[in-house]
Amino acid sequence: MTLGVSLGVVVGYLAVALALGLVAYRVSETTAEDYYLASRSIGTLVLLFTTFATLLSAFTFFGGPNLAYAAGPEWLVVMGTLDGVLFAVLWYVIGYKQWLIGARNGYVTLGEMLGDRFGSTGLRALVAGVSLLWLFPYVMLQQMGAGEALVGLTDGAVPYWGGAALITGFMILYVAVAGLRGVAWTDTLQGLFMLSIVWVAAAWIVSAVGGVGAATEGMLAARPEFGSFGGGTYTPGFIVSTAITIAFGVTMFPQINQRFFVAKSGAVLKRSFALWPVLVLLLFLPAFMLGAWAAGMPIEVPEGANVLPVVLNEYAPAWFAALVVAGAMAAMMSSSDSMLLSGSSYFTRDLYRPLIDADASERREAWIARIGVAAFATLAFVASLFRPGTLIEVGDTAFSGFALLALPVICALYWPRTTRTGMIAGVAVPQVAYLAVVLSAVVGAVPTLPRTVLGGWDVALGLMVLSGALTVAVSLVTAPTEEGDASRFAVVSD
Amino acid sequence: MVRLRSDLVWIPTFAILVAFAVPWPLWGVDRVVAGLPAWIWWHVAWLGLCAALFALFVRSGAWERGMGRRPESSDGRSGGPAPGGDRR
Repeated sequence: MTLGVSLGVVVGYLAVALALGLVAYRVSETTAEDYYLASRSIGTLVLLFTTFATLLSAFTFFGGPNLAYAAGPEWLVVMGTLDGVLFAVLWYVIGYKQWLIGARNGYVTLGEMLGDRFGSTGLRALVAGVSLLWLFPYVMLQQMGAGEALVGLTDGAVPYWGGAALITGFMILYVAVAGLRGVAWTDTLQGLFMLSIVWVAAAWIVSAVGGVGAATEGMLAARPEFGSFGGGTYTPGFIVSTAITIAFGVTMFPQINQRFFVAKSGAVLKRSFALWPVLVLLLFLPAFMLGAWAAGMPIEVPEGANVLPVVLNEYAPAWFAALVVAGAMAAMMSSSDSMLLSGSSYFTRDLYRPLIDADASERREAWIARIGVAAFATLAFVASLFRPGTLIEVGDTAFSGFALLALPVICALYWPRTTRTGMIAGVAVPQVAYLAVVLSAVVGAVPTLPRTVLGGWDVALGLMVLSGALTVAVSLVTAPTEEGDASRFAVVSD
Repeated sequence: MVRLRSDLVWIPTFAILVAFAVPWPLWGVDRVVAGLPAWIWWHVAWLGLCAALFALFVRSGAWERGMGRRPESSDGRSGGPAPGGDRR
């Protein structure tokens, strides 16, 4: 009975989201600009929530509370700083600049923008290839999250692979029919839904344990070290490197970066910018505090399970727990479908067209995109069955990989002297180095290279510095190529 | 549009906003205020401050001047980049 209710709520919610996508599909045009960018017509509320919902994935919804449960509520500060403040500043520095030049030159992807500026198909393909590479673990992360969520909700009646398969099928279907307009519309629905549901959940659980003060007391009784700031996992090195790598990484995520091209007007970007810190806090505060408070509650969290569904099953009725899981699945889905959509545009526009078939018809391109999405999601699904790390570990790997792109891109945006060779060196060398670090942990034959040094400092942070230094240094010793055109990135004012 | 010298103050302002969103001065402090650890209140208040200053940054026109554009050309659809010479 309860199992039926739980599954009914989850599947029903997903069906509503799909219906909304179909409506969006009906009003869509069949051009690539409409499919990927909704004809650059996205307003403040929708832009805000589509970026918000896309940012907030299994990483936030399950990974965050899990980490707060295990290591303390400092995760709130790490995520709040990087998402609420640093990302907002980058939203201006990278996002607004990209919007200005993107609207003028008609860019749809980051690779296209850089390839055009430096007159280089190779750079365009390199940026797209690197982006798709790191997108893979992040899509996988959503599938892992969904699999774990349904196991937790149904007490194992739905197996891990079943939940992961359900969300995979759903997101392929969704991306194939809806395009960005559909994705943006459902993101708004899901963003509002998640925001309200997480507050109701927090209110419910807090009142069940006797108020905020009692919840904190319980937490401190069980884990006294949670009360003081820092310590344990949270060394200064961990806080600083996590905040910097994730915030810069987020701006280079295909689905986030492409959002920089979709705003209807500059005013939309401005309003979203100013609301960002508050919106982020509204979601993180209840979600992560619930995770931390759970440390003081009489609950048993099984190995590999997520804290949030366990707490909800203990203190809230089954239908409500199902609703929260549905919200979390929605978060994962909106992350994944945006990612897949952006990934497919990177694939068709920056790899397939320039390298394989420049004369492909629009129809053919659309089919290639959809087949690419299905293949990518299926491969990620297969990989997710191996569960190669915790949600936070897998997510962090992907974020850091993207973060290595950020400084060369900022260089290109603001420094006209940047050269093609400088860009290629600044992108390729740190990527190879980071890939070696990541793969050394997976491949048994080679010694594992350290991911962090000197008490929590992430090697990716060092590689970020390297990426910036290489871009500048190599640019200074090489001459701009004939095909490059710095004026493509100039901001003009009448 | 020429950039204003006074706009440069936004650079250190943003740096401070980012740096102290992490409550460094409360490192190791375990006081509980109104049901939550004091450092969480710091963070909450700081993000509120960020939102207020971000709004001010936008409203003052520094948002547009920072990119070398005219502040008044910023609203509505007409805010799109206009054709013309390079200002940078």
